[in-house]
Amino acid sequence: MVDVRSGIGEALPPPEVEDVELYHPHSWWTRYVFSQDAKVIAIQYGTTATAIGMVALALSWLIRLQLGFPGTFELIDADAYYQFITMHGMIMVIYLLTALFLGGFGNYLIPLMVGARDMVFPYANMLSYWIYLLAVLVLVASFFAPGGPTGAGWTLYPPQAVLSGTPGGKDWGIILMLSSLIIFIIGFTMGGLNYVVTVLQGRARGMTLMRMPLTVWGIFTATVMALLAFPALFVACVMMLFDRLLGTSFFMPAIIEMGEQLQYGGGSPILFQHLFWFFGHPEVYIVALPAFGIVSDLISTHARKNIFGYRMMVWAIVIIGGLSFIVWAHHMYVSGMNPYFGFFFATTTLIIAVPTAIKVYNWVLTLWRGNIHLTLPMLFALAFIVTFVNGGLTGLFLGNVVVDVPLSDTMFVVAHFHMVMGVAPIMVIFGAIYHWYPKITGRMLNEVLGHIHFWVTFIGAYAIFFPMHYVGLVGVPRRYYELGETTFVPESVHDLNAFITVAALIVGAAQIVFLFNLAWSLRHGREAGGNPWRATTLEWQTPETPPPHGNWGKELPVVYRWAYDYSVPGAPEDFIPQNHPTPGRLSHEGAS
Amino acid sequence: MTIATVFLAAVAAVIVWWLAHQQLLSKPWLEVGHAYDRRREPMPPAKIGLAVFLAVVGSLFSLAISAYFMRMASSDWGQLPLPGLLWINTGILALGSVALHAAKLESQRRHDEATRTILLAALATGLAFLTGQVLAWRALTAAGYFLAGNPANSFFYMLTGMHGLHIVGGLFALGRLTARAWSVPLDRRMRLSIELCAIYWHFMLLVWLVLFGLFSGWAGNVVDFCRQLLT
Repeated sequence: MVDVRSGIGEALPPPEVEDVELYHPHSWWTRYVFSQDAKVIAIQYGTTATAIGMVALALSWLIRLQLGFPGTFELIDADAYYQFITMHGMIMVIYLLTALFLGGFGNYLIPLMVGARDMVFPYANMLSYWIYLLAVLVLVASFFAPGGPTGAGWTLYPPQAVLSGTPGGKDWGIILMLSSLIIFIIGFTMGGLNYVVTVLQGRARGMTLMRMPLTVWGIFTATVMALLAFPALFVACVMMLFDRLLGTSFFMPAIIEMGEQLQYGGGSPILFQHLFWFFGHPEVYIVALPAFGIVSDLISTHARKNIFGYRMMVWAIVIIGGLSFIVWAHHMYVSGMNPYFGFFFATTTLIIAVPTAIKVYNWVLTLWRGNIHLTLPMLFALAFIVTFVNGGLTGLFLGNVVVDVPLSDTMFVVAHFHMVMGVAPIMVIFGAIYHWYPKITGRMLNEVLGHIHFWVTFIGAYAIFFPMHYVGLVGVPRRYYELGETTFVPESVHDLNAFITVAALIVGAAQIVFLFNLAWSLRHGREAGGNPWRATTLEWQTPETPPPHGNWGKELPVVYRWAYDYSVPGAPEDFIPQNHPTPGRLSHEGAS
Repeated sequence: MTIATVFLAAVAAVIVWWLAHQQLLSKPWLEVGHAYDRRREPMPPAKIGLAVFLAVVGSLFSLAISAYFMRMASSDWGQLPLPGLLWINTGILALGSVALHAAKLESQRRHDEATRTILLAALATGLAFLTGQVLAWRALTAAGYFLAGNPANSFFYMLTGMHGLHIVGGLFALGRLTARAWSVPLDRRMRLSIELCAIYWHFMLLVWLVLFGLFSGWAGNVVDFCRQLLT
């Protein structure tokens, strides 16, 4: 029961949030390494995710080199190619995007944005990072294991994933992959409990749920989804490990390998697909919802205008979160399932477009007649909107059974999901880093380098993925090492593939500019001050920048208004911080 | 995947019920000023954390049970004779649950001595349950029902193993708590910990009862019955 009272003169009600006993680090080790401070953990998550993400980026270069110039590079044989695509996909989806959005931004922003001193269970939070690091190390170890990493494709479909024809299937590759995922999920659960309970219980006085910035709403909802969806991947991984190591037949049908009857029999590969996609589809939104939230805040702040339809935005986030659990089988249209199921899942898939479209309208309407500052965060936010619309529209194609069947497993699908859950969230991540870097370090990122990074990445991403749609429409299948002599593939496709490869190399190189910028600005960037974007949300109102351990100094902030009081008529400045008590508007009685 | 979907629908119902109390219809842009919470006593974060964790565990088991039913449909499914020992184990686990509930009540009545004794008893029942489960495994393997022999066996060992690991985790927490309870006087935090252990144990008992029903075939009959009602 939350009561909002207007009027400022009243005595402050007793604090509903007890001031927590903070853990205080005693040494360099507990301050910077085994730290329980969410901000340090966030940076640890961010650095680890970026490092492993760079591996995935390098792998994408190798994949493109093979596709653009087949057979030129001896290093890339068929086995290596499959290992590259598998590891590229898995790293990008789980170990980079999920870890960075929830572990990185979640840890940094949730306590600061809701006005808490730290997460509610700091020790579990610390463990969460170290277990994540262990998962990453196990994953990396598979590159050095005998037989190399698994090449089963990021979806790890059995039975091929554990057979000798697949790289890593009979060696260490698949075992390390599955173990790494299990470890990741255990670590994530520890972090996830923190994010959820901190939002529920750690909010500052006055921070009602409907006053939370949309960033927090996005990360919160995504975390709830991840907590409920990851168990599906967990169960699938455990069962496949049993099949691989202990000879059970959960997923493995009777099978003859190299002329030899294996001991498996009766298992159901489709069962794995159900479990995998029961996690896999919510995973798309686990990545997308934090991006939705963050981009809403970037747009509102840099257009100096309140977010259009805040309530609708919150509802849409929650509805998308719920719906995303009943669309999973649209990844399985060609698995031979009952056509009525296909009809059901196509319907739910198309319904999810409604709340998503509402969000897009609201972003555009927020921009409409806003005072748009084309800062770097804003540029990336705009790039996100167009990219997300593009990727979303091809999603409508693929959501329909009859259109999906011919397009299934073609490069069109690859182009679609890279646009919608690759490029679009990454744009938000970049925008968010340009936006919050001044708070994290106290210095601004270099603008010139930033613009180079933005334009090369934005135009380059389109140079990569627009032609790829065409390649897919022609019928070029995904996951093929080489096309060989294929009559239906015209010569132009080969030229396009070479073009895409060149673009991918350039876009990849632009990320090095970005990393350089991050390192260079740490010492040489312009001093940012506490609130360089003149933003309203609480993290910009900390007494010190970067915020110290405990965030708020002596007293916790008290929240008096929602997060989007920009350009309020009659206010002395064009923004009113959330913890600002004076009534900023002329008076809403007069306005309404 | 019906079971998993039903479980998540239940979780969704709780979430919707909770959201309905959060004034999602308010117009925050018009409401400047103090907002305060009228709840008398906010729930301790650890309790909410445990509730969320139990939802995750519930999701895990409901998905595994979904997989059980889907795999059951294939023709190679055999029947696993359940050792009678499992009945005793069920009793022991229930006893542990009752004991922890008693410990919670005693601790709230400030009966420190009684609480300590009961905690020790609960710890013993937990260890006894685990021992019983291992004995049941041994009885089954001795009778020739091996893990990879049949999918029914595989699921039995996997699910009891998963449940057992959760009990091991619970015992770890309970063991630490008991050791602490015997060394210092009980305070508010420890009383809360006892209550949390009790909730966890009740939940694990519930999971076990569902699994036991599953293995003995009753759960399958119930599902068939529900299907008949629907068609």
